[in-house]
Amino acid sequence: MSITYLEAIREAQYEALRSDPNVFLYGQDISTFGGAFKATKNLSREFPGRVFDSPISEDAMIGMAVGAAIEGARPIIEMQFADFSSVGFNQIVNQAATLYWRTNTPCPITIRMPSGGTAGSGPFHSQSMESIYAHYPGIVILTPATVEDAYWMLLESVKLNDPVIFCEHKFLYYHLKSEGFGEALPIGKARIARPGRDATVVAYSAMLHEALKSAEELQMDGYQVEVVDLRSVKPMDTDTILASVSRTGRLLAVGESFPWGGVTAEIIARVSSEAFHMLDAPPMRLNSKDTPIPYHPNLWKTHRPTTSSITAALRTLLRY
Amino acid sequence: MMWMKCTISIVPATSTLHSPDVAVHADMREDFLKTLRCIILSRILEEKLGSLYRAGGRIVGGVYLGRGQEAFSAAAGNNLRYGKDIYGPLIRDQAGRIAYGEPLLDAMRTYLGVITGPMRGRDGNIHRGRPREGCMAMISHLGSLLSVVAGALFARRLRGTLGDTVGATSIGDGGTSTGAFHEGLNMAAVEKLPLVISVANNQFAYSTPTSRQYACEDLVDRARGYGIEGYSVDGTDLLACVATFRTAFARARAGHGPQMVVGKLLRLGGHGEHDDASYIPDSARHKHEARDCIEVAKKQAIDLGWITEAEIRTWEEESRREVDAAQAIASKEPTPDPYRETWHALSTSELVEGQHG
Ligand SMILES: Cc1ncc(C[n+]2csc(CCOP(=O)(O)OP(=O)(O)O)c2C)c(N)n1
Ligand SMILES: [Mg+2]
Repeated sequence: MSITYLEAIREAQYEALRSDPNVFLYGQDISTFGGAFKATKNLSREFPGRVFDSPISEDAMIGMAVGAAIEGARPIIEMQFADFSSVGFNQIVNQAATLYWRTNTPCPITIRMPSGGTAGSGPFHSQSMESIYAHYPGIVILTPATVEDAYWMLLESVKLNDPVIFCEHKFLYYHLKSEGFGEALPIGKARIARPGRDATVVAYSAMLHEALKSAEELQMDGYQVEVVDLRSVKPMDTDTILASVSRTGRLLAVGESFPWGGVTAEIIARVSSEAFHMLDAPPMRLNSKDTPIPYHPNLWKTHRPTTSSITAALRTLLRY
Repeated sequence: MMWMKCTISIVPATSTLHSPDVAVHADMREDFLKTLRCIILSRILEEKLGSLYRAGGRIVGGVYLGRGQEAFSAAAGNNLRYGKDIYGPLIRDQAGRIAYGEPLLDAMRTYLGVITGPMRGRDGNIHRGRPREGCMAMISHLGSLLSVVAGALFARRLRGTLGDTVGATSIGDGGTSTGAFHEGLNMAAVEKLPLVISVANNQFAYSTPTSRQYACEDLVDRARGYGIEGYSVDGTDLLACVATFRTAFARARAGHGPQMVVGKLLRLGGHGEHDDASYIPDSARHKHEARDCIEVAKKQAIDLGWITEAEIRTWEEESRREVDAAQAIASKEPTPDPYRETWHALSTSELVEGQHG
């Protein structure tokens, strides 16, 4: 039996609904239609009265989730695309993220964000929002790169008593398959996806797979590149990153979000200030370009980091 | 969908003052007097907060008062049961909070920033509440509380615990222009939630007059657009407010969906205590809406023979003692200690990051 990343997300929601009557789903077109990507396919039939079509009101969707969470419910909110969460931005960063700290009231909401670029999706259906949300205190930001993580981390998100931004990558929805869900790894811990001793690449979400292909290419030239799958952007598992860099002495951080600040800058800052003496080369980072995300595949392929741009960056890093 | 424009005609304010009809209002006596007592206490508390602010030193941050809006606010709060119903009070709802049952000490402690209060120095003044008890703690962003109150009601319905509970929240004329208010109200209407929305049209949003805020004739006209029931009431007339909110809450509880009550009044003061409100023209200060609702209410009660001037004076003295007692308690309590603060923004402490950089 082979399961896709998208099916894992559906299955996790099935299991969340099945195991806890306080869980409900709220999002645009997610009820009988099953969602724009079919991540909630059949769930409204399997759980009548627990899967709701929402009005196109991202602000109110998040606000209502916060109110519901205060009352003990565990809402899963589907943003139709991560890009549209900007309309609910205020409720996420000011309402949900401050609730616990201000009022000692936990805020167990999960916001699913179909994220990242796919060919032909253009500027408003391709964004990666993890860097923006990670800037704010009071939110957990998860970026699963595997079918197993998509399943277990989503289930875990629903159980957490804090707001979770669940960044699921659209490019992985159908491409990525696995034979099963395997075992759950702890939230907030990074994973060595491929061991190596010459350089460390820290990546997450779809970029993990580009980085793994790149490590494979470089192996033919005799390089052993270690690839760290961050899994959780916030909290960031600094210890695993530092341990890897202490073995390799070289760091490349790769992310799909825009280059100004963000996750990769945070990785570099932490490594530079906490493990400067372990570095044999200046740490490097790769992000998308500093323009809106282009529509045409020719442009899009060059806009975001890919196996070839990661390989090129790694060659520079390894030669230093 | 029924749409009621029960204007002040429920109890025309002027006629109430001149020919109080005891028989007509008899069943409102209890609610009216309870609410009157709340608004007297609220005014005395707020005068104390204002003087503490002006004296300097003790109150941290701004002070935002509900002067002139007490009747409208308390008439709504009076319909809520503390610990049962959901309340999302806003900036000018001190009177509503008292009517709802928020302890006076919660207000005093939050203004003084002591750790015994519900916000423990992490937030202040009007940004306070006890969400788990049903009192939402507003964030500053206007309009954003409506969907939160709606969500709490939604969850109760989903979990089968709604019963006859109701939710209420407030907004000002300025706040009605936000996208969040529109999204929230539309969603509450779509979900047909038992929610009462008080719109205090006090003619100004900070310094901005309503002509720069909306282009419809009357904010209550919007109710029709949302498919909800709307009411317009003289916000300076406690009798009218009590009657209107009683109907609105009863209809919300009976399953008729969101109810929007627009109160016409004037903010009798600055936006906050830092503001002298010099932009409010004299013409506005002499209109009907500029009446002090507390003076109007006292006269209504006396004219109806429900209370004597001496009894009102007793209430005022009791209120003063209550406020002084709260201040005496809160001002002796400790302010937050940064070295004892957890600095944890997550409830899951294992996921809190250490400090980096
Ligand atoms: C979204 C948002 N924008 C701006 C502000 C700053 N602000 C605070 S109160 C206020 C005026 C509010 O006017 P209104 O809604 O009429 O309420 P009132 O103060 O008159 O009771 C403004 C502009 C805010 N709190 N929220
Ligand atoms: Mg106003």
